[in-house]
Amino acid sequence: MRLLRFILAILTLTGPAAAEEVVAALSQNRVSITASFDGTEILVFGAIKYERPVSEVAPLDVIITLSGPQEKVVVRRKQRVAGIWVNTNAVEVDRAPSYYAVSTTGPLNNILAATEDLRHKISIPRAIRSVGAPSDVLDAEEFTKALIRIREGDKLYKMQEFETVVFDGTLFRTDFTLPSNLVEGVYTTTIFLTRDKKVVGTFKTFINVRKVGLERWIYNLAHEQPLIYALMSIFIAIAAGWGASAFFRYVKG
Amino acid sequence: MQIYLPIAEVSVNAFLLLGLGGLVGVLSGMFGVGGGFLITPLLFFIGIPPAVAVATGANQIVASSFSGVLAHFRRRTVDLRMGMVLLVGGLIGAAFGVQVFNQLKAMGQVDLLVQLSYVLFLGVIGTLMLIESLNALRKAGRPPAPRVKRGSRPWIQKLPFKMRFRTSGLYISAIPPLIVGLMVGVLAAIMGVGGGFIMVPAMIYILGMPTKVVIGTSLFQIIFVTAFTTILHATTNYTVDMPLAVLLLIGGVVGAQFGTQLGLRLKAEQLRILLALLVVGVCAKLAADLLIKPAELYSIAVVGGLG
Repeated sequence: MRLLRFILAILTLTGPAAAEEVVAALSQNRVSITASFDGTEILVFGAIKYERPVSEVAPLDVIITLSGPQEKVVVRRKQRVAGIWVNTNAVEVDRAPSYYAVSTTGPLNNILAATEDLRHKISIPRAIRSVGAPSDVLDAEEFTKALIRIREGDKLYKMQEFETVVFDGTLFRTDFTLPSNLVEGVYTTTIFLTRDKKVVGTFKTFINVRKVGLERWIYNLAHEQPLIYALMSIFIAIAAGWGASAFFRYVKG
Repeated sequence: MQIYLPIAEVSVNAFLLLGLGGLVGVLSGMFGVGGGFLITPLLFFIGIPPAVAVATGANQIVASSFSGVLAHFRRRTVDLRMGMVLLVGGLIGAAFGVQVFNQLKAMGQVDLLVQLSYVLFLGVIGTLMLIESLNALRKAGRPPAPRVKRGSRPWIQKLPFKMRFRTSGLYISAIPPLIVGLMVGVLAAIMGVGGGFIMVPAMIYILGMPTKVVIGTSLFQIIFVTAFTTILHATTNYTVDMPLAVLLLIGGVVGAQFGTQLGLRLKAEQLRILLALLVVGVCAKLAADLLIKPAELYSIAVVGGLG
């Protein structure tokens, strides 16, 4: 009996699920935020490795996601109280990526089952985790919808259906645009291969987004030596004020 | 030309920031207001996070006020003695105001409080100034009516600890300026501004100081209050963005010089009408934001990173 179960396990492991493998790379694994940083393009390209000839197997679909660092956010809603618009209800969202884009070879609903989406957290609503709203909020999903709507407006969340292109059933590529208002941290690219709406292969790779140079120095000083930073800021302000005054007097003779 | 701001973590146009600083600098030099009540909402509008806008705004005001006050020192329109008395009150008030601010922040309604105090104070002060200065302007055309002598408010005359403020031509008790400074300090800390727009009218109407001296003296006091605020924000919230401040203050100090020149050319009544209109305008905008249904009812605040 135990042997049978073992053989079964081996079979499912090496069965159709392992028939294809995916390898991929990015145009850059590091994004450096400098003073002139104004967003950047990330090109994801890769190949599907088949065990059997491509012509003999059912076609595959590719879904590529790019996710920024996870954050905890509070979504607040305004209501009219005594004639003025005031924040009344708030819902805490435990995990929401600071940036999230999904690029696919077709409509997400047609290439991915809802249960698979739930397991792998691929679509934008699934990538956000919100557990439990306060008892006075009955429509908590409106708050997560609002979060997605606002971030889509800021170009931080993006659904790019049909934007992954597959060549000859083996090579694929897609582009992501990272906006200028990036949060520092590790960004994760995940590639999902799907067949019959099921995930049959995944591949993960990372991008390190860091401030560099002067930007890094200022950021570190502000956080590690706040008093020195504050005094420096005031000194610069006073010097600039005096400088302008002296300059204008000089100009007027 | 886009520039990435390391603390605000956004990329904005550098020339836009220079222009904003310049605009506020002109107003600062003209009216002796720090301009905080203008620069903070303007920074929100171009996408700077509110906490960074408030803190960096304070730093920028240090520069434009310093530039402005030097011009006033040369014209001998700064009442140093009065400034020191106001400052003592101001610093005590600011320290107390920060405590109140943090208490309300914990209660989660600080935004509303700030907006409401803006609408209330700007509305009342702006309207009073507008009425007063319009009356003054109307009278200016006629033969001079018997004017109320400055500093002759009877209740102020009865208070003890009298001091001579030579530059202002006043001999009054130190208590009213101390209280004015204190109240302005509290409000400045809560509203995140220098407080000039409250202090200027208070000096004119409560203390009875001449308008020309009021501006320089107000600027003098604002330098210290905003420097104090900058230190508090930088050490507790890490929200002072140096490159943002530098761009704003380059525009600001240049603007302040022009503003001071412009202010000296205008008559005191005209200056007051312009300031009153400005104050009423900002108040109307803020009131509209509270009263009109916003396009987006929801807002997002990041609580913390999870790595």
